[in-house]
Amino acid sequence: MTTAQTTAATTLPVGVWTTDPIHSSLEFSVKHMVVGTFRSQLPDFEATLTAAAEGAALEGVGRVASVVTPEPNLTAHLQSPDFFDAERFPEVTFRSTEITRRGDEITVVGDLSLKGTTGRISLTGTVFGPVVGLGDAERIGMDLTGTFDRTEYGLNWNAPLPKGGFAVGDIVTIGAHLELVRG
Amino acid sequence: MADLVILGLSGSLRRDSYNTRLLRAAARELPPGVELRLYDGLREVPPYDEDDDHEAPPAAVTRLRQELSEADGLLIATPEYSHSIPGQLKNALDWAARPAGASALRFLPAAVVGASTGAFGAVWAQAEMRKVLAAAGARVVDGEVALGHAQERFDQDGALIDEEAREQLHEVVELLVDSIRARSTTAVG
Repeated sequence: MTTAQTTAATTLPVGVWTTDPIHSSLEFSVKHMVVGTFRSQLPDFEATLTAAAEGAALEGVGRVASVVTPEPNLTAHLQSPDFFDAERFPEVTFRSTEITRRGDEITVVGDLSLKGTTGRISLTGTVFGPVVGLGDAERIGMDLTGTFDRTEYGLNWNAPLPKGGFAVGDIVTIGAHLELVRG
Repeated sequence: MADLVILGLSGSLRRDSYNTRLLRAAARELPPGVELRLYDGLREVPPYDEDDDHEAPPAAVTRLRQELSEADGLLIATPEYSHSIPGQLKNALDWAARPAGASALRFLPAAVVGASTGAFGAVWAQAEMRKVLAAAGARVVDGEVALGHAQERFDQDGALIDEEAREQLHEVVELLVDSIRARSTTAVG
């Protein structure tokens, strides 16, 4: 990490910023039947951005039991030991180790803890604001995306297709759309 | 009184079933404080019908779900009919797996073993039963007992005379009990 990047990381507005739960979302997607894209969300989550002169940190936690799909059987299967195992590992967490900002572009590297395994992932995206919103609260936004291999976290379920390939892709894409309010 | 209860579910209705014997043999492998309770209501479970799956399901279904919800773990011994799970056993699992997301099978530690008079010990039925249990949200432990030529494997008291099979059964039972104990110590936040 260069000195210039370190300086850029501190350009996030100093303060403690927490997610507005109504206007923030945490979603994930995987390839389905090779050709499709399945998307779902963890609605019960929150994130906190702590920005100081010497650097910034982003932390988030999502509750696996809140995973939503349009189909009750699928929702139950995602919560089961085949996938998230919501009973034994009720939370998925993220804790940044390095944040780099260049203008509106932002890169957040950090540790994803999921189903008892912690691994390093990189999220990239855009930072917006700050702006003074309705109610005079100061807000900034972040749209972040990144990927991880679910099999590295023990989310191994799959089913072979009749002529090759598998029903569910291994690579999961995370999308975090954060509207953060200054605390 | 046992502090943990494993419900034993034999997929065979036959009076002298080898799979029921296998469950009784498994009971001999349990550590102190763990009881295997043999479920004997399989014959009474009616064919699954969504029209009957409401707040007051058939009494046999209520009993099945109740016994599962009171158990700490599930041990299924399945024969293999037409290369797959016996219909009556699968039917019972279809009732037990509902309602999705709130069934008695959800997160329930479960193990599957099997016996057959042929050479292969119901391996296909076992594999499919594990798939069915996992899809229902059960915590299916690894480990397998595929007891082939079952008619030659028990003595007159019902004890397994095949030492290798007995050790495999012991291992499966141990894994199941470990999974139950790990669940009971899980802090659900």
